Amino acid sequence: MKLLAISGSLRRDSYNTKLLRAAEELLPPGVELELWDGLKSIPAYDEEDDVHPAPAPVTALREAIAEADAVLFATPEYNSSIPGQLKNAIDWVSRPLATNSLRNKPVAVVGASTGAFGAVWAQGELRKVLAATGARIVDAEVAVGHAHTRFDEAGKLTDESLVEQLAETLEALVDETAARPSVQLLAV
Amino acid sequence: MIQTETRQALPLGNWTLDPVHSTIGFEVNYTVGAFRGQFREVEATLQAGADSPRLAGLAKVGSVDVKDENLAAHLQTPDFFDAERYPELRFESAEIDVSGEQVTVRGDLTIKGVTQPVELKGSLTQPITDAYGRERIGLRLETVIDRTTFGVNWNLPLPSGEPALADEVKLEAELYFVREA
Repeated sequence: MKLLAISGSLRRDSYNTKLLRAAEELLPPGVELELWDGLKSIPAYDEEDDVHPAPAPVTALREAIAEADAVLFATPEYNSSIPGQLKNAIDWVSRPLATNSLRNKPVAVVGASTGAFGAVWAQGELRKVLAATGARIVDAEVAVGHAHTRFDEAGKLTDESLVEQLAETLEALVDETAARPSVQLLAV
Repeated sequence: MIQTETRQALPLGNWTLDPVHSTIGFEVNYTVGAFRGQFREVEATLQAGADSPRLAGLAKVGSVDVKDENLAAHLQTPDFFDAERYPELRFESAEIDVSGEQVTVRGDLTIKGVTQPVELKGSLTQPITDAYGRERIGLRLETVIDRTTFGVNWNLPLPSGEPALADEVKLEAELYFVREA
């Protein structure tokens, strides 16, 4: 089973990207995770550019999602909501709605912020947007508040209860994915 | 004076659906009016023999017919029917009462994997013979359900704070049956 991990933050030392790397350490057997790093190259959505072929970075993202069995999103929170670049990328992927590669795709949303609440509002908005694309949203949440205090110098998530929540989220995502027809665990 | 209830039996026999002329559809209030859709692929059987009569039917979620392809696509997703996991709506009767032309059918309705008891009310025609010599009856049934009790929860708040889509949904079935040879 292949998970695609998408961070909504572009910053090299992003806490959300670190959270996805932490998830990589917690994968159940038979599951692999690919961290997608093309967010910065996605152009602003313009219907006039939404033709075939789509801009190459958009095609790459659509294909990466199509080839993955599930997607794990980690989002920061900008002004109580989803970062524009992440929303913009999902808007590209969502077109055309009836055949978009997020349709029926199991997805989980986690988030980190330096504030107290761990991007819970952005996570909620992201779940709403993903539901509109037709994704299959896993009912699990990891909210890493005070993110600047939660990772050690090596980037490892140090809070045990958050590690546990992240592992549970991954387990729920894998279970949701395994329940779909034609999804198989990789041989281990 | 003794009041007697007029109870009639269903016309005996096994009846199969004429899917071309039959319709299973829904009506739900959306913002300012009633929005309707129907399922193009439906199946049903009606059996009336010595045992209790039985009506069973299904509609394929993937065949939902609305006027916009994006709406049809949205109806397939986990926001609404989750067609990948629950490809059919199903009904199975437990009890059928016929009184004159009036019919009451009680049974189990399954939507999105959730089964709830429902009562359908409607009318039944007398058998007629069509132009090809086949015997036909018509059965019209409807009920109102609360979609949220089946886990079909999508909504969108309007600027007023009111939800855009009503929870109550009227289900309507116009069923043409042909007697099995």
